[in-house]
Order: sequence, then C-alpha cells, then structure tokens
Amino acid sequence: MTAVPSPRQGGRVGGQALDRALVYGVAILFALWVLVPFYLIALAAFTPRETIFEYPKSFLPTDLTTETMRFFVQSRGVIPSVINSVAVAVMTIVLGLALGAPAGYALARFRFRGREGFSLVVLATKMFPIAILSIPLAVTFLRLGLYDNLIGVALVHTAMALPFIILVTSGVFVSVSQELEEAAQTLGCSRWGAFVRVALPLALPGLAAAAIFTFVISWNEVFASTILTLRNRTLPAQVLTTLSDSPLYYKFAGGFFMVVPAIVFIFFMRRYLLNLWGGK
Amino acid sequence: MAAITIEGVSKTFGKAAALKDVSLEVRDGEFMVLLGPSGCGKTTLLRSVAGLERLDRGRVRIGDRDVTDLPPRDRNIAMVFQSYAVFPHMTVEQNIGFGLRMKKRPKEEIARRVREGAELLALVPFLDRYPAQLSGGQRQRVAVSRALVMDAPVLLMDEPLSNLDALLRLQARADLKRLHTEVKRTTVYVTHDQVEAMSMGDRIAVMREGEIVQVDTPMRIYDRPANQFVGSFIGSPPMNFLEGRFEGGRFAGEGFALEVAPPAGADGRTLLMGVRAEHLALGRGAIPARVVVVEPLGSHTLLTALVGKTPVKVQVPVDTEVRADQEVRLEAPPSLVRWMDAESGAALS
Repeated sequence: MTAVPSPRQGGRVGGQALDRALVYGVAILFALWVLVPFYLIALAAFTPRETIFEYPKSFLPTDLTTETMRFFVQSRGVIPSVINSVAVAVMTIVLGLALGAPAGYALARFRFRGREGFSLVVLATKMFPIAILSIPLAVTFLRLGLYDNLIGVALVHTAMALPFIILVTSGVFVSVSQELEEAAQTLGCSRWGAFVRVALPLALPGLAAAAIFTFVISWNEVFASTILTLRNRTLPAQVLTTLSDSPLYYKFAGGFFMVVPAIVFIFFMRRYLLNLWGGK
Repeated sequence: MAAITIEGVSKTFGKAAALKDVSLEVRDGEFMVLLGPSGCGKTTLLRSVAGLERLDRGRVRIGDRDVTDLPPRDRNIAMVFQSYAVFPHMTVEQNIGFGLRMKKRPKEEIARRVREGAELLALVPFLDRYPAQLSGGQRQRVAVSRALVMDAPVLLMDEPLSNLDALLRLQARADLKRLHTEVKRTTVYVTHDQVEAMSMGDRIAVMREGEIVQVDTPMRIYDRPANQFVGSFIGSPPMNFLEGRFEGGRFAGEGFALEVAPPAGADGRTLLMGVRAEHLALGRGAIPARVVVVEPLGSHTLLTALVGKTPVKVQVPVDTEVRADQEVRLEAPPSLVRWMDAESGAALS
C-alpha cells in the first residue's frame, strides 16, 4: 500500500468499511438474538418475587436481589440434583474420553479397513432420537438394575457425547504431526512413550476442550435423565418435573442457574473451539 | 562399526509396491544418498532402516546385529525428519536433550552433551527458545543437533534441506557435509535433488519405482549411467539421447550418420547414443543440427538444437558466435558417449 491513496483506492477502502459495517451489523444481530433472552432470564432471576409480574416491565436492573435465587437453590431437591448432575457429568467425561479419545486417535493415525465406514457409523448414532431410544433403554436398565442409577444416566450421556468426542479428538490428533511421534521413537521412546510424552501434551488443550464440551452436553441433557431416573434426578430433570407446578420466578431462577455453567465453560474453551474450527 | 546391510527388502502399501526386493550395502562411515523422483520408495527404504516401517520381506542389519524386528529405539540410529519434527512444547535445550533423557543419562552428562550439540550447530544463543520462535533454518539445525547428540553410529536423514529456501539450502548443504567429515557417522541421506546427491554423497543409490537402479560414486553415476533413466535424471541438463543403428560401421539415425566403432553387443539392435551436453562440441562433426534456442547462462551458453526431430542440449563457451535457426554440425567424442539399448534403456557394457 502506498502512503498516498489514489481516489480509486479510497473508494475501495470505503467499500471495505461498508463490508465491515455489514459484518458487524449481522454479528450484533445474532449476538442480540442470543443475549436478549438470556438477559431477560437473568433479570427475572434477580428481581424480587413480587415485581416479576409487574407490567410494563423495566428493562433496566433497578431492583436487584438474590432472594429469588436463594429461594430456588433452597427448594427441595435442588442441591442433591446439582450434586447428581456434577457426578453424572464427571463420569461422562471420564468414560467418554476413555472410549472416545483412543477411537479418535485411531481415526487420525491408522489407515485400517472400514475406516470410512467407522467414521460414518460414529455419526449414525446421532440419527436416532433419544426419545425413541429412551423407552427400550429404560426397560433394559430396569433389568440390569441400572434404573434410577446415576451410572445408567452417565452411560447414556457417554453414548450421546461419543460421536462428538471421537470427531473432535481425531481432529486434535490429526493436527499433531505423526513425524513428532516417530521422532520420539527414534530418540528412545516406545510407541506408548512417544504418545504420552509428545502427542498427549500437544493434544491436551484440545482434549480439555472436548472434556468441557462433554460436561455441557451432560449438564444440559434433560430427556434421558428424566426417563431413566425417579428419585436420583439430575438438575434439568429435577427442574423439568417440578416445572408445571412451580411459580414463574422459580422457572427463571432455574433457567439462569442451569445456563451459567455452560456460559462459563464456553467462555473458557472458546479459544480451543476457534482453533478446532480453523479460526485464529 | 556400523555398516548397514539391506537384504531383499519388500514393502507394499495396499496394492502399491513401495519396495521390490531391494538390497543395499552401506559401508561403515559412508555417506550414502538415496536419490530418486518422488514415489520411488527412497523414504520408505530409509524408514525401513529406522524401524518405522514393518517389512513384508527381507532383513536389515546394522553392524553385526539383525535389527529387522527391533523397534526404532533399540536400533542405535538417529534420524532427521523432513518436517524436522522438533517438539513444539519443548525448548531447544529440551529438544536436543530429549533422547539423552529417554536413555536416562546422568544430568551432568546430558547438560554437557547438549552444550556440545548446540555449539556444533551454532544454537547456543537459542537454547531457551521454543521452536515457534525460531526460523526454518534454525529449526532444521535443532533437528540435526538432536540427532547428533545421540552419538548413534547410524544417522538417517529424510530430505532435511527440502524445506529451506535456496540460499539457506546451499549453506546448510555445506554445513552438513562438514559435519559428516567431522563426526564420520554412517549416514543414509534421502533426497530428490540430484545436485544435493552429487555434492554430498560418497556414493549414490538411484531409485525408481521401488527398485535400486544403480549404486556408485557420484562421478561414475554421472559419467556412466546404468540406463537411460539414470542418464536423464542425473545432470542438468539431462543426458542427450540419439536413436539409431549400426549400418556398415556407421551409427545412423534420423538426420545423421556417424563414423564410430560399434560397442560390444551392438548386433544390429536399435541403440541410443547417450552424450552429455558439455561433451558435445560445435565444429566439423558428423551430426548436422539446427539451433532452436540460445540461452546464455553466464558461465557458459546452453543451446537447444534439433537433430532430425530430436532436441539435444549443447553446452558451448559464452563467446561462441551462434544464433537461433543457424545450421551447425555437432561433434561427439567416441570415448565420452554411452550406448544403451533403445528398448530396455539398459546400458551396453
């Protein structure tokens, strides 16, 4: 670029500015589409119970209180269900990574017979709606003694998260050059040692991202959890089953409470997500 | 002592044969270059020595040990990869010392040898840096240094210079050659660059389609190619080939007839006369040709001329008065031509 812009270049710069404005405009639109409902939920969750029914509503946080949130958290069954949710999510992460990461590694590294088919089948599990699977699963779990058991829920969540985990981890391992592992092998590592010392540390951020996303999948999953448990509810199942006979402010507080971990995690992992998706 | 003996090695990937019954002997302390076009199996052969490929058939011996079934770490080799394969999550110092740490050497020894390895390749100022903070040439040196500190008797290199830009490559080529004379490891060096092969190798093994076509010193490969492929692959410009047959003591082809003694085994077959561009001379020779292109290259001038319909390259001194479309006569000294069977391409004698 020269220091003195010719009229034509000026015109192009102007065009670029217009492009930018357009991109930002659309981005802002999308952001608002997500943020406005979230803001309203948050607002309602921190508004005193009495004022929630007032009309017209104030869009500004004029009268903030944690009273509604405290009411929700102290409601019967909420604390135990939070503990259940975390337990299920942790089990899902451990199981999912234990099964999914090796599968992803195999997809990334080995040219085995049926590799293409395998990567398709992995996705195919996503074809069956969980609603259809839930009833037979519930019957099977009753027989196995896994019904109303957190392990059973974690198993289902693992199955749901696996396609995602496998595809993401295979992407992560593809990005770690095989020559690095081979170099480690020529420098005195076993096959396994090369994986642990070289591939794993380099894949760790990606694996962490997969783990966090798995957490969010499990934390938010409501259908299977509701069908497969009775007393050992996870948080979404708990909120769902009490939804019809709870007051409006309880719903808002519950919604806010459930969405916060997801937001926090996405915030931490967005760097890795952008890397995975080829952004910078 | 670490000569490398490769015996009858075969390897297929799916249906494609990468190595077909390859045998090769690399002498102790020798710099052996594996040279060939891409896909000729040279990298696969190198990886077979490293233990990174499982062989279908054949044996590999290093020194007096059969290493065919040993993993890379038990083979006493060190390798430099084409991508350098420098570990991005480790500093230069940790990279160079990685192999020694894996071998559980004492701390003081690691520190000393890393220092030496860094000094050898002028990496001392960068020991605390991460690979991302280095240039391509520096990363390449880290890879070489990391391989050298292992003190393995066998050093394997897979196109270590191909990712460097032209100027740096010249420098690195000379550096590697100097290093080899200093450390005298048995070296196997893979390249597709014939200039690299000529300038660095004690001997060159020319490969094509999974087979070794010729193994010899660079000059003998240049002067006496085993077949048409080697002649046209080695040398820039490639060797010229004129097709013809012997009739009444003269080698005659389209547009020329040359008084020359027939080689042994000519027996009226169709032959190729191979001759290097610098061995052809303008003058009163028996080969009439028409100049098509004149390329002054500074140190010499390169002519493209047509003999009949066959284009040939002729290297002449810069002060030669010649222009395009000029009719000339070419001279080929009989002692410097190479005879090949036109059908198989194989050299006679």
